[in-house]
Amino acid sequence: MELLLDSLFNGVAIGSVLLVAALGLAIVFGLMGVINLAHGELMMLGAYTTYVTQLIFKLPLLKPYYNAYVIVSIFLAFIVSGVVGILLEKTVIRKLYGSPLETLLATWGVSLILQQFVRSVPLAYGTGLVISLIIGLFLPTTFPLRIKESINFKYFKFSSWIFAALTGVLTGNVISSSVSKLSRASARNVDVTAPAWMRGQVEILGTAFPKTRLMIIIITLISVIAITLFLNQSAWGMRIRAVTQNRKMSDCLGISTEKVDVLTFGIGSGLAGVAGVAVSLLGSVGPNVGGNYIVGCFMVVVLGGVGNLLGTVLASFGIGIMTDLIGAGRLLSIWPDMPLPLSNTINFFATTSMARVMIFALIVIFLQFKPTGLFPQKGRMVES
Amino acid sequence: MEFKNLKLNKKTTFIVWVIIIAFIIAAPTILPVFRLNLLGRYLSLAIVALGVDLIWGFTGLLSLGQGIFFALGGYCAAMYLQITSSSEFPNNIPEFFGLYGVDNLPFFWEPFRSPIFSLFAIWVIPALVAGMLGFLVFRNRIKGVYFSILTQAALLVFFNLFNGQQKLINGTNGLKTDVTQLFGQMVGSEPMQRMFFWVTALLVIAAWFFAKWVVKGRFGNILIGIRDDEPRVRFTGYNPVIFKTIIFSIAGGLAGISGALYTVQSGIVSPQFMTVPFSIEMVIWVAVGGRGTLLGAILGAVFINYAKSLVSEALPASWMFIQGGLFILVVTALPEGVLGWIQGDGPRNLLQRFGLKRKIETYPSLEVNNKEGNNE
Repeated sequence: MELLLDSLFNGVAIGSVLLVAALGLAIVFGLMGVINLAHGELMMLGAYTTYVTQLIFKLPLLKPYYNAYVIVSIFLAFIVSGVVGILLEKTVIRKLYGSPLETLLATWGVSLILQQFVRSVPLAYGTGLVISLIIGLFLPTTFPLRIKESINFKYFKFSSWIFAALTGVLTGNVISSSVSKLSRASARNVDVTAPAWMRGQVEILGTAFPKTRLMIIIITLISVIAITLFLNQSAWGMRIRAVTQNRKMSDCLGISTEKVDVLTFGIGSGLAGVAGVAVSLLGSVGPNVGGNYIVGCFMVVVLGGVGNLLGTVLASFGIGIMTDLIGAGRLLSIWPDMPLPLSNTINFFATTSMARVMIFALIVIFLQFKPTGLFPQKGRMVES
Repeated sequence: MEFKNLKLNKKTTFIVWVIIIAFIIAAPTILPVFRLNLLGRYLSLAIVALGVDLIWGFTGLLSLGQGIFFALGGYCAAMYLQITSSSEFPNNIPEFFGLYGVDNLPFFWEPFRSPIFSLFAIWVIPALVAGMLGFLVFRNRIKGVYFSILTQAALLVFFNLFNGQQKLINGTNGLKTDVTQLFGQMVGSEPMQRMFFWVTALLVIAAWFFAKWVVKGRFGNILIGIRDDEPRVRFTGYNPVIFKTIIFSIAGGLAGISGALYTVQSGIVSPQFMTVPFSIEMVIWVAVGGRGTLLGAILGAVFINYAKSLVSEALPASWMFIQGGLFILVVTALPEGVLGWIQGDGPRNLLQRFGLKRKIETYPSLEVNNKEGNNE
């Protein structure tokens, strides 16, 4: 019983990281048919946001609130990754709708640039750049309607971008002069240390669980609930669902598909940022951190099917539990006296990397029976 | 998908080929051995690029996992070389086995004692693996982005499989070939490297003729049909699965040959050949050169790799930026690649923009219709 609980917990912990990372990917893929290869790099940005937030909270001014930095960084990571995602949609992806393979390649290019950016630009100035992006994109939307509709709006927009750039440079300078760790570019991995209240373990039903893992499960739970509520209860959520089901018809009925696209991509990218916070709590953060998770996310999307959050949830927990069962060789301890050839096979696959091999084989077999995933979208189109 | 059926006219092709052949003949005498070796490697990469062009440019299947077949070919070649030059090591097995305390040769090494088997294995094994993987995927009408993701996952799976098996194939260290013997000479020695350069050059030309033969005629037409409108091909009574499987395994075989040639010239095969970035790079060579133009794949592979080595020598950090920019630029601004741009309306549009050539009037309705037809 204890063994089973332990295994279940580990599986859920692995699955919840996958889930929060794959959630954004699945939403974007369901809506636009776009697979974002830069998703892993958006996660990386979220992880680096956590790191920067942590260092800033060590400054004397914010020191008393140090324990809260993880909570703050979840929101910040959502905003940072979301803004970068919106920029990506507005500049690159918008031009490529209708050609998903080209989008795949373009987003790979973006991911290379983001990786190298983190390596060769000091994090302080990176932060400044992100802040100026946030101001530049959002300041014009807060202007009163009279200005927005005036013929001179472009000058207002331009001046707000100048303001944004100045603010960005200023914050970059301030951060780099006050936090020495952020003032130099480095390709080395950095470590995020969890605050005191998140270290250690909790005992539930006689089994000890690490608190960081529990925290990740809670983050995932909140994200899933928030997204479900947003999609099912809000007006914009309804529009997103409408466009997912039938883009042309929604367009005809007066839904601004352009706005829906930007919003969805922003939310999807923001969720990648939240996943980045979770990842940063698990291990060290480096420019390649996203790459470790991204293929798992793809598998979740393929397995779960498009346009159904339940499929994503089930697929990620399924993969998580299977990874744990196979990778840690738990089947052997559950059933110790199994026949020799079988136990040899299980021993062969009992490492994390070999578990991936096994899972992939299982997924390919699964797709032989259900080619469009657990919950396929219903329709009568020839092309799915 | 929006691009025309590109055909190079005979004259251009002829001129380009004269230049290429002249260069290949002149290269061994004018280039130092180091550069010659690099050129040889890039030429061998041109063969895998031809395969990518066949499946992506002609059939519309974007595979992000060609590295699997590339590395399999490399491993086949390296296993043969290792096992034939292992006579002075204990137990008559390659040296690295001693490090892990393995005394008996694993069973799948055994056939590689035979040179003829190995020569076939280099392209048959990757082609078989590709055919099997392709059949399982295509049978269920998995296509488009799903296919790309699955190939990428398969790539990672093979990487893990090879990376972890120290006792079978030396795991992450890979198999070295430069100190092994072939025809009584060291593989890494200068005369051998020169010979490999010639072999590679000949095989590139052979592969080009082969690819050209494949896409010519009815078979090629069906491939292009699958790319442009697969349901229509199916409704006219063809089974796309068979054609896709065949072309995918052909591309796998080409990748295997390419990997073997690359391995003997770079001196090592390792799971690094199966990393995700390398396989995606193969696609960008084709995209820059011009997909759907076989010559473009060859030129793209050689030139981009050469540029990569030159830029990385001068400014190591900037190559990633350049490469990332290249990906974005090619798909947004130059979807037909450089060669496709030259062959298409590109130069005329450029001249028109500067007022050097008169605009050609077309019926606007024709263009609109065309566009809609392609977007479906």
